[in-house]
Amino acid sequence: MAVYIHSSNCISPLGFTTKDNFQALLSGRSAIEKIFINDAIGTIYAGKINNQLFDAHFQSIDTLFSGARIEKLLIAALHPLINKHCIKNDSVLIFSTTKGNISALAENQLNDAFIPTTIHNINTYFGFKTEPIVISNACVSGVMALSIAKRLIESGAFSNAFVVAADELTPFVISGFQSFQAMSNEVCKPYDKNRNGINLGEAAAAVYVSDTFSANAITIAGEANSNDANHISGPSRTGEGLVLSIEKALKEAQKTTTDIDYISAHGTATLYNDEMEAIAFNRMQLQNVPLNSLKAYYGHTLGASGLLESIVAIESLKTNTLVPSLGFKEQGTSQSINIITKQEQKPLKAILKTASGFGGSNSAMVFTKNK
Amino acid sequence: MYSVSKYIHIENGSIFENGKQIVDSNTTDFSEFIKQVYRNFEHIYPKFYKMDDLCKLAYIASELVLKDETEKDIALLFSNNEGSLDTDYKHQQSIQNNDAYFPSPAVFVYTLPNIAIGEVSIRHQLKSESAFFIASEYQTDYMHQYTEHLLRTNKAKKVLCGWVHCLNGAYKACFYLVETNGILEHNNQNIKQITK
Amino acid sequence: MEALKKELKERIINVLNLEDITVDDIQDTDALFGDGLGLDSIDALELIVLLDKEYGIKLADPKQGKEIFQSIETMAQYIAQNRTKL
Repeated sequence: MAVYIHSSNCISPLGFTTKDNFQALLSGRSAIEKIFINDAIGTIYAGKINNQLFDAHFQSIDTLFSGARIEKLLIAALHPLINKHCIKNDSVLIFSTTKGNISALAENQLNDAFIPTTIHNINTYFGFKTEPIVISNACVSGVMALSIAKRLIESGAFSNAFVVAADELTPFVISGFQSFQAMSNEVCKPYDKNRNGINLGEAAAAVYVSDTFSANAITIAGEANSNDANHISGPSRTGEGLVLSIEKALKEAQKTTTDIDYISAHGTATLYNDEMEAIAFNRMQLQNVPLNSLKAYYGHTLGASGLLESIVAIESLKTNTLVPSLGFKEQGTSQSINIITKQEQKPLKAILKTASGFGGSNSAMVFTKNK
Repeated sequence: MYSVSKYIHIENGSIFENGKQIVDSNTTDFSEFIKQVYRNFEHIYPKFYKMDDLCKLAYIASELVLKDETEKDIALLFSNNEGSLDTDYKHQQSIQNNDAYFPSPAVFVYTLPNIAIGEVSIRHQLKSESAFFIASEYQTDYMHQYTEHLLRTNKAKKVLCGWVHCLNGAYKACFYLVETNGILEHNNQNIKQITK
Repeated sequence: MEALKKELKERIINVLNLEDITVDDIQDTDALFGDGLGLDSIDALELIVLLDKEYGIKLADPKQGKEIFQSIETMAQYIAQNRTKL
């Protein structure tokens, strides 16, 4: 049985629809700007959704809802998909997040900081008839949530799923990444020689997946998750987990490395992550496949990134368009990889999405076209 | 048809293995209790002391299930209702006050629940499938279906499922290993009993 | 200087959770990383926080840590010369 992605939506600083987001990327726009956070953190480079613009957008969906900001982001991401596909008795809501409504903790609202509280509010808001599922697996959560949706549909547990992913830009997360000395003091430069760390961002992204074939849908042809079993925060020096997950995803998709036309990689712009990926892609003989990272457009949107970047990759696949890897100038990894530097039209049939994150987690997924 | 080959329950200073009590401690404090249990293991693992409470509990529960295990293709499916809130709260305390603002990387790294999966993967060298699920209570239905799907599709040879909860001094871990042969049938009723 | 070294050892054991190690186990010239105490990358980041929190020293470049954190000896010397908190 195959599982298909039918429609998507993205709420990000670059737009409130998938179409607007993809257009923004094609015009080379980045969401990263200098933002003052607070006295302790100071000013950082990050991607933040403009509250005024978003509130105006949200008014067009619901004028009465008064829940937390992250709940509004989730509703805005899901709303057009639920209108289009309708909730059935066996529809399930799957939520990918690292921190959920963590800003509630700063206001001492411990109950609101529980992720089940947030997702139950959304489940009830839309009237889902099944229990929601939450995946919290660091930076691979978005890809993993999609992989779990596919597997649960294959197993017959559900016939369709609304997968939504979101994380906010909060002092909680910023302060932590600062203490990790992992933040760049400029727009980040994935895979570049002068890269010096990440930018953080925020987004909400959603897709509708089901077991029903449609020529316009995208097939999740293969996927796998593997742990490095090496270190809780540092990427593996050998790229072991990433290699294993790509191998297994390709095998399930019945594809070889030569079938892959494009890679939407993780590319956080830290020294070690990008180096690890370059090693893994070379081990897999994928070094000549055009590849990009979207982190210099959006920043790292954590639990949202895997799904947001999958949606963008699918737009590339559908429109046969390679999006340049913003921020890259000069090869900065010990082994060479084929970074996309200019926008290009190229026939795309099968593409690979990868993600890696804290806890040693790695995920890979192969998407193919049906026509 | 799959079976549960071993199950562990840790709560209130007691540990049960396959329903039989193996540890009965009168220590009410979690950190004292879990250290006692760790020190009774033969395996020396100094990293244990660096873990947050959630990881310590997941480490001990996994250790009890996997101590004689040789299979490495074991998927880890951990779950709780609070994510990493216990440590999230500590990190929040370190940034709450601008005059005493000292976020700690060794605390921050544990503000992700799946670090518990990372710690167990490192200890047992499991380069396998894994996922951390968050739900208000253990979701017997989809955990059962997802586990069997992983086994059926050869994405894992065995699956270690676990509820691992640690918040404000309260703790509970219910871990069970699912494989082809075992002592209990892998069905919803038995899972409910194990994770009660 | 001796008092500072002892204090530093106590603080390192405490902040890095080196539970089974005592002050007497750490020699002043022992390597803190690698084969010595076996500290890792997160410990190094934590030592940067310790310098800031306890001694009021903010490292302009985290890479400086590599020199400073070689041993208790090098750390104590750096702190004695640069501390802004007593």
